Amino acid sequence: MKPLVAVVTFPGSNDDHDAALALRGLGAQAVAVWHGDSELPSGTAAVVLPGGFSYGDYLRCGAIARFSPVMGAVRAFADEGGPVLGICNGFQILCEAGLLPGVLRPNRQLEFVCRDVALRVERSGAPFTSRCSDGQVLVIPVKHGEGAWYADDGLLSELERRGQIVLRYVDDTNGSIGDVAGVRNEAGNVLGLMPHPEHAVDSLLGSTDGALVLGSLVDAAGGRSLAFDSIVTA
Amino acid sequence: MKATVLVRPKPGILDPQGQAVEGSLRKLGFLVSEARVGRVVDLELETADPAEARTQVERMCAELLANPLIESVDIELESA
Repeated sequence: MKPLVAVVTFPGSNDDHDAALALRGLGAQAVAVWHGDSELPSGTAAVVLPGGFSYGDYLRCGAIARFSPVMGAVRAFADEGGPVLGICNGFQILCEAGLLPGVLRPNRQLEFVCRDVALRVERSGAPFTSRCSDGQVLVIPVKHGEGAWYADDGLLSELERRGQIVLRYVDDTNGSIGDVAGVRNEAGNVLGLMPHPEHAVDSLLGSTDGALVLGSLVDAAGGRSLAFDSIVTA
Repeated sequence: MKATVLVRPKPGILDPQGQAVEGSLRKLGFLVSEARVGRVVDLELETADPAEARTQVERMCAELLANPLIESVDIELESA
């Protein structure tokens, strides 16, 4: 059975369909979930918060989406150890919701940046980078105006010590502290990243390195799905 | 009662918007050594009690209006 990955659509999400398409191509059953739903579909094995401009990025990007009814269910799912991936605006939402450390700020150059970037995998392993190796360089596009991740020096060194920095830009891209492109929570089951793996899953579009990240997530979801099925049938 | 919330980038936090404003002001010939850009939120509260109003607005700031990692807030209250 294909693992069920819930892809949440907020008002203003615009990469939800691309994320679902990429996940289906990698063997998942991607199911659209509306932000107003207060529950995730039964059997959800992973959650993706996609890119976009939820609530018009009003106030601060991600600040309002975190109050969506679905976020209660996403938080509960994460608390149980379920893998949650936030891409771009999804990353911003997870930071504002306190599920990930730090916050995303306007790019230092005050310009929207939209291009392929090189990323170094700082930490390989399930559930997000099991198909990668430490130090591997991935090419995945970014497209954001507010992607400069910020944490104060104390927090950054704490996160580095605990191995929570998962991806870094090889070259400075937006003024992110420590060139951080992707960070995970302490438990390791919630990851946010500014680059868009769902836009790098087909050689027609250039790189297929995004499939390494999303494929890792589908692998992890598959493992959870098996566990879920055995509980249901027990 | 009316409340005004001033949200500012904390000292030391990179403020590219402020830098752009500073650069533009210099180009116009103004002698400016720094500009920081924040946000103003004007609120009309139902309560008339200043202590109650302050408590409410402080909670609003903590829960939504500002991100304490990067922003500081000043709250001004004014009886209607």
